[in-house]
Amino acid sequence: MSDLRSLLHGLPGVDKVGVEARAAALGTRSVKTSAKAQAIDLAIRMVDLTTLEGADTPGKVRALSAKAVRPDPADPTCPSVAAVCVYPAMVPVAASVLRDTGVHLASVATAFPSGQAPLDVKLADTRDAVAGGADEIDMVISRGAFLAGDYTKVFDEIVAVKEACGDAHLKVILETGELGTYDNVRRASWLAMTAGADFIKTSTGKVPVAATLPVTLIMLEAVRDFRARTGRQVGVKPAGGIRTTKDAVKYLVLINETVGDDWLSPDWFRFGASSLLNDLLMQRTKLTTGHYAGPDYFTLD
Amino acid sequence: MFDYAPAPESRSVVSIAPSYGLFIDGSFVEGKGTFKTINPATEEVLAEVALGGPEDVDRAVAAARRAFQSWSALPGSERAKYLFRIARIIQERSRELAVLESLDNGKPIRESRDVDLPLVAAHFFYYAGWADKLAYAGFGPDPRPLGVAGQVIPWNFPLLMLAWKIAPALAAGNTVVLKPAETTPLSALFFADVCRQAELPQGVVNIVTGAGDTGRYLVEHPDVNKVAFTGSTEVGRQIARSVAGTGKKLTLELGGKAANIVFDDAPIDQAVEGIVNGIFFNQGHVCCAGSRLLVQESIAEELLGSLKRRMSTLRVGDPLDKNTDVGAINSAAQLARITELSEIGDQEGAERWSPECQLPDRGFWFAPTIFTGVTQAHRIAREEIFGPVLSVLTFRTPDEAIEKANNTPYGLSAGIWSDKGSRILAVADQLRAGVVWANTFNKFDPTSPFGGYKESGYGREGGRHGLEAYLA
Repeated sequence: MSDLRSLLHGLPGVDKVGVEARAAALGTRSVKTSAKAQAIDLAIRMVDLTTLEGADTPGKVRALSAKAVRPDPADPTCPSVAAVCVYPAMVPVAASVLRDTGVHLASVATAFPSGQAPLDVKLADTRDAVAGGADEIDMVISRGAFLAGDYTKVFDEIVAVKEACGDAHLKVILETGELGTYDNVRRASWLAMTAGADFIKTSTGKVPVAATLPVTLIMLEAVRDFRARTGRQVGVKPAGGIRTTKDAVKYLVLINETVGDDWLSPDWFRFGASSLLNDLLMQRTKLTTGHYAGPDYFTLD
Repeated sequence: MFDYAPAPESRSVVSIAPSYGLFIDGSFVEGKGTFKTINPATEEVLAEVALGGPEDVDRAVAAARRAFQSWSALPGSERAKYLFRIARIIQERSRELAVLESLDNGKPIRESRDVDLPLVAAHFFYYAGWADKLAYAGFGPDPRPLGVAGQVIPWNFPLLMLAWKIAPALAAGNTVVLKPAETTPLSALFFADVCRQAELPQGVVNIVTGAGDTGRYLVEHPDVNKVAFTGSTEVGRQIARSVAGTGKKLTLELGGKAANIVFDDAPIDQAVEGIVNGIFFNQGHVCCAGSRLLVQESIAEELLGSLKRRMSTLRVGDPLDKNTDVGAINSAAQLARITELSEIGDQEGAERWSPECQLPDRGFWFAPTIFTGVTQAHRIAREEIFGPVLSVLTFRTPDEAIEKANNTPYGLSAGIWSDKGSRILAVADQLRAGVVWANTFNKFDPTSPFGGYKESGYGREGGRHGLEAYLA
């Protein structure tokens, strides 16, 4: 499909120094007092609370799901997170806790995290997760095919997985840490969006380089430009390595000053994270009480 | 939906005295008269400052002459120690000096904190390193200092311009009399205190505050060996005339009307950042500002759309708020000039656009502005506005871009935006500008020489080249 290649290679280039400088400059915004309180609650509502370990058990997933619904048992004004994100095998367990709570259930699929499996295996993986109760699917693209220039293969896979998702929302993981260049991040973003992604997501969290501010900035520019061209809005999910409130606030500033209000909602922006939530809760408590509570005042799940 | 709450930097880190004298021969002395310096963001008076008259300039030059004997006789490694000490004290006091600079100048604290102060310290560190290596700088085996340098600096980067002038002069073994700008004298006076703290020998650095006349006494003083001036082309011309035939060595760093050229293969999002940084950095009070945007016609509409969207996110207001992007215009006089030239732009038929922004009631403010539909014949495409006003012109081919970029009496800086390295090099070769930035703008470094062609002045500041102006 030469159309696809000319689309992707016709996108404006990215200047590495420039994009990193812009992301760093936005990182110096000072968000305090009422703005910080607002940011913390918004960030909590955007969290995809994640556990993707070989050691996951039904008990662990049930505990995490309960926490997703009521992150701070001591404070009923604390909002729920956006979603719980687990492996397909754990979907039914999480579903039993999350039913009718408003918290979404996301499952990674398509031979996460490497994506190195035949297409029919990937599709079966996806259908299983949806059948188990997942309403969001986080798929990985074939980085190998992308880097080899076989855009059509990547495109067709996304289309097929999207179809297998049915009504479930599809998040496409680009694994930007393996793409090598910012130009590739922009191209992969457009490839995924053109193939029907509802969300584009940075990383699996399983390779050394996960979400970064410059990569997220480029993806935000991509969804902004894609909507301007096609009218369709796509969400963005940085995942991996975002651990502190300070980090999360920097991402919110990035959204605010790149794409604006339309993306400042859990429907259009998510944090893929596990330890971030407790830091958000700790800072939230600090803002209301004026002092930091010790880590044992927040649940470990 | 997501409004940042006010995040003001604390004013209490700086304590400004009600009045300041002239810094001559290591102590503060009274001058002939006084004048007030105000905060341009609020019009509040910050301090009363001594106005240097001819006798004061005489005293300062005499002090510098006396100090020259022993200062120039010091081994370079000893002079370096003082400069390193000054650099470190500046770093230690950087928060205080940044707040002071923002108060007196109106520039946002984000810039004084992240750009001005780090560069000031870097300049002193850099030239400290040269002080004992002058014999290897390429100006002969035993280059000698000139004597007393009379230096006059502008109000747009008060402390940074001071550093550009004083650091190389002292490293080379000269002594200085410096006159800061009338509207921004305070950081130079605080620098005098830094010199005392560093135990710099008396008379090596003298600061004489005042207005245009004070500067004239200084550059025309018969016992000054070297004149260095940064400011307007008009004043630069007067200085060149008065210095002609006197044997004084002269460097001038004057105005500019830089072309920022965006080709159709540019990295668009970063080019938009570069355009914004080129013209709205420091409220456009930058001699090398990218005040003429030359954009290839085939992408003009798209690029302008992106630029306007980006400009709508600029935060104009309180310079001390850490989230402010664009601060106050430095003076009522400068605001009047910007306003006047913008009105001329309207009258000449260019189309003016500014984002919606709430400007404070008090102080001097001008919203970030672009003019489209500008041609080479418009005054706003030819004259330096020295404010947050961008003139947008288009071109069709690289040759046309080069022709338009060079078609100006100035030649200080230029920018090129393209993903094609060969094009960048070819175009840069043909631009008559002292500094050409590729895929960036307004980047400064003490190791890099800076200076202009044509009416932008002569001589270079910064880098090894910057030493030449202070050596014989």
